[in-house]
Amino acid sequence: MSRRLPAAGSALLALLAVAACAPADSNDEASSAGSSSSSSAASCAPADLDTLTSGTLTIGTDSPAYSPWFEDNDPANGKGYESAVAYAVAKQLGYTDDQVKWSTVTFNAAVQPGKKAFDFDINQFSITDERKEAVDFSSGYYDVAQAVVTVKGSKAAGATSIADLKGLKLGAQVGTTSYDVIESQIAPTSDPSVFDDNDKAKLALNNGQIDALVVDLPTALYLASAELDDGVVVGQLPQTGDAQEQFGLLLAKNSSLTDCVTQAVDALREDGTLETLETEYLTDSAGAPELK
Amino acid sequence: MSDTWTPSARQRERDAYRRRQNLRSLLIAVVSTVVIGGLLIAGMVSAPGWQRTQETFFNWDKAVDAFPDVLAGFWINVKVFGASAVCVLILGMVLAILKTLTGPVFWPVRALATVYIDVFRGLPMILLLLLVGFGVPALNLTGAPTDPVVLGCIALVLSYSAYVAEVFRAGIESIHPSQRAAARSLGLSGSQTMRFVVLPQAVRRVVPPLLNDLVSLSKDSGLISVLGAAIDSVRAAQIKTAESFNFTPYVVAGLLFLVLTIPMTRITDRISRRYGAVPGGGHV
Repeated sequence: MSRRLPAAGSALLALLAVAACAPADSNDEASSAGSSSSSSAASCAPADLDTLTSGTLTIGTDSPAYSPWFEDNDPANGKGYESAVAYAVAKQLGYTDDQVKWSTVTFNAAVQPGKKAFDFDINQFSITDERKEAVDFSSGYYDVAQAVVTVKGSKAAGATSIADLKGLKLGAQVGTTSYDVIESQIAPTSDPSVFDDNDKAKLALNNGQIDALVVDLPTALYLASAELDDGVVVGQLPQTGDAQEQFGLLLAKNSSLTDCVTQAVDALREDGTLETLETEYLTDSAGAPELK
Repeated sequence: MSDTWTPSARQRERDAYRRRQNLRSLLIAVVSTVVIGGLLIAGMVSAPGWQRTQETFFNWDKAVDAFPDVLAGFWINVKVFGASAVCVLILGMVLAILKTLTGPVFWPVRALATVYIDVFRGLPMILLLLLVGFGVPALNLTGAPTDPVVLGCIALVLSYSAYVAEVFRAGIESIHPSQRAAARSLGLSGSQTMRFVVLPQAVRRVVPPLLNDLVSLSKDSGLISVLGAAIDSVRAAQIKTAESFNFTPYVVAGLLFLVLTIPMTRITDRISRRYGAVPGGGHV
């Protein structure tokens, strides 16, 4: 017994030491929650914004960053719809282009609790009430429609209605509302395939492992015209439910920036900037018939 | 006069002493467990982010909500694991036997087995999956499988049979040459010696490392979801997490894997004890 005591005692001491040295919360969200309500009245100038690095706006997105949302997998070139919107928001808030810094943040890292590596993240995040319990969103900067894309010669190429798609093998990217739309609107007879990213989904489509892919409409148009050999947009899916699906900028829960960023997005919608950027970067969707 | 044996007074004294000592050890163990466990829990709960962690990773409502989908996905993990495990054990055994064949005539067979093991054990699992899963259908061969689940299983079997072959080989080579010599001198042929003398002993010896590979295989069964294949438990959890940005479904999936692998370990321990897979001289 007496021989064991020192060992047990030192183990306890070590445990206590660990507990005592536990790091303090590096991102106390409770304190910033208090300031968020007051910040709506405060100024949204760069000097007053509590950004990650003072005087710099850090924007997150995943890599690879896909067209037509970004171009050449380089968010910092200002090309592509989301890159352009990000810079427009930054300008609206009073940041110059060289005060904008990009950081690569994966989907899971963007939504996990705790310290974020960005001030806001732009990566085709659809706004839903359920997600709002975990993160903040700005107001929507793009109205999304989901669309079905395939290749010539596929079983899906001749489909003209949702009923025509039911018996087919469909695919979507994991974590997307496209997957939810397959389940809720098309309800195919065989389970949909779910891919890590659009590159793997494209491979499977080219290999004939799936008949068609469901993505948001701009991505569908881009895939069909630029990425797939003999790509065809079968059509877009109708909106269901009450709310129009929208992409929003993602911020940490109770971020002090949410109000300012939302105001910036709203201003860009009102002055027509968002519409101009849409015309510039997103292919006209007139060629995609609506599936009933 | 009683003819039953009764322990002597000294023996009873010894027994009582041992009981007291056992009881004391038990008490000390219980107290120490409670204290250490309590400190660990207290440490975790008092962490500044505990509230947030609890909501995000241990949310009961989200767990209940995600459970049916994650469980349905887990059934796919179990099926993929079961089918792959059978193929892995057979192929691994064949490779191990081929690699341990002696005699110059078997040189090409040995070389082939060696190359197979070197290549497939050396490739990262995820790479092998992508190469087989997307590469084979791209070849457009008639008769080649295109079902991602089948292709995924093939990739798992290719990789794990290479590991398992080496485990079996270690077992086979651990059997002392005197065993073979004795078997041959009794008139058994080479293949009979292998079948009746070497393999039964070799397999018993490698049960624990074999289980290691099988547990690992059961977990990697989820990797086939990168092929867009069936929605396994990890992928189902990922989908659920993406809906609400709450990570509890991952914890649910993790618990399901533990429910599979921990009993597997206990059963194997029991089997290996029963069949005498103990060190050379037995337990000391």
